[in-house]
Amino acid sequence: MALGVRRGQGRNRSSYVFLIPAFLLYSAFVVYPLFTGLTYSFFTWKGTLRDSFAGLDNYAGLLSGAFLDQLLPALGHNALLFAGTMLVQNTLGLAFALALSRVRRGKRALQTMFALPYLVNPLVIGYLWTLLLSPAFGPVNALLKPLGLAMPWLGDPGTALPTVVVITTWQWVGFPMLLFSAALGGIPQEYAEAARTDGAGSWQVLRRITLPLLRPAMATVTILSFIGSMGTFALVYALGGSNGAPAGATDVLGLLFYRTAFASGDVNALGTSSALAVFMFTFIFGSTLLLERVLRRKA
Amino acid sequence: MRASIVKVLLWGYAAFSMAPLVVMLLSSFRPTSEIFDQPIGPPSGLGNYVKAWTEASFSTYVVNSAAVVVGAVLLGAVVSLLAAYPLGRREFRGRSMFAAYFISGMTLPAHLGVLPLFYLLESMGLVDSLTGLVLVYAAGSVPFNVFVLTAFFRQLPHELDEAAALDGAGPLATFWHVMLPLVRPALATVVVFQFVPIWNDFFYPLVLMRDETKLTLPVGLTHFFGQFQNDWGTLFAGLVMTTIPLVVLFVLATRQIVAGLTAGMNR
Repeated sequence: MALGVRRGQGRNRSSYVFLIPAFLLYSAFVVYPLFTGLTYSFFTWKGTLRDSFAGLDNYAGLLSGAFLDQLLPALGHNALLFAGTMLVQNTLGLAFALALSRVRRGKRALQTMFALPYLVNPLVIGYLWTLLLSPAFGPVNALLKPLGLAMPWLGDPGTALPTVVVITTWQWVGFPMLLFSAALGGIPQEYAEAARTDGAGSWQVLRRITLPLLRPAMATVTILSFIGSMGTFALVYALGGSNGAPAGATDVLGLLFYRTAFASGDVNALGTSSALAVFMFTFIFGSTLLLERVLRRKA
Repeated sequence: MRASIVKVLLWGYAAFSMAPLVVMLLSSFRPTSEIFDQPIGPPSGLGNYVKAWTEASFSTYVVNSAAVVVGAVLLGAVVSLLAAYPLGRREFRGRSMFAAYFISGMTLPAHLGVLPLFYLLESMGLVDSLTGLVLVYAAGSVPFNVFVLTAFFRQLPHELDEAAALDGAGPLATFWHVMLPLVRPALATVVVFQFVPIWNDFFYPLVLMRDETKLTLPVGLTHFFGQFQNDWGTLFAGLVMTTIPLVVLFVLATRQIVAGLTAGMNR
């Protein structure tokens, strides 16, 4: 017995040895940079040299005139992307999932085709659509010209952001579709049958039974869309470069952070961009928590 | 009647979904002059691929990307596997704390630490180095890997450890001879699931890599697009080459990808 106990402890202490490699790697390259980034934001910087303790000055700098003029539009564009994603992509995804639940033949093939663009690198998608939508040689305008609808989709500040929404939808619609399909598969047939026996039409079944039961899936889709819309970077970089062309119409927080940190020429770039990073994290994380609470509340 | 309208709409969207990819594939086999003349048309040759591979540095980008992905996925899987074994199967002080420490990384926005990361790597001489990228990606894969593998280790029957201990196996022997063969399906999920984001990642190499000979595909692609702006045929070929490995992976490993997706979803 005594032997067993001692042996047991020996085995348990060796557990730490197993943890060491992952612990070191993860602490050094994920946790340490994140927390150091937080401290960076409380100092002024001269290039890469730490200058003096700045308290919240870097954060105040974010709200100063010149920077705020970039921050607000970028944040607004992220918000519009989220709204567009909800309205177009997630509504379509839900509609497709509902329609597909009644399709027998070709369901798998359709699902695969809807979801395939999701596999493609966002950067590739950005460049591909830049070529497809090119005003001079692109096939999209070649097709639309006879209808009188040809226009510089990505070149006009008025249409650029809606075009980004369409491209995002094209890439991601398979994701809400698959999530909603899975959720629909989990709803017992008996519910709808019972309602029909009581005289409910298919519209009523949808409104009173199916949609309320999809609420948890809707919450998940909303939250993931929010995080995705706030973090968008590679796609807009490929479509409009690091300045969010045309005329900053597609500028978003990710691009602004990149420019501030690496291309602003500001002596205090480290301080400002670190403050921006912390602000972005707090904003996204806080909003996500809020969304969680509101959306997952028991109806 | 209504059912057939729905069907037409569904197949119509499927066509919209596939068309850009089909145009990309077809155009990659057509000379630029033909594309400019007629945006959509039949394929005619492999010239664009030869050009992208030799004149643009696609050979370099692909080799670098492959090296980074393989290195990072393997390193990330091995260290996570070692960590997940005690976390999923043994009692020791601080276990739940360690588990929380690793898994909390799934919600942390690792990109926000990119500046300190840059200076950390610089102090180690690992900026502009493929090794640096491997370490960053491997570290970033730890939270998800540990999460999936720990859950998998926990499911294995407890009699296994007892039987191994009765036969006199130490922790390392138990891990190696008993656990490792059983955990292989979860390992496949982890490997396949990390492949895609690392292959596609643009942000870290954009910040950490400057040397043209060390670029991975995504940043290479941005240089390539500046360089070959007016040579559309070659551009399309480059886009196809960046995409193909993922399509192949998807066809070969749909099951692991779906398993990984659902594991990520239920967290």
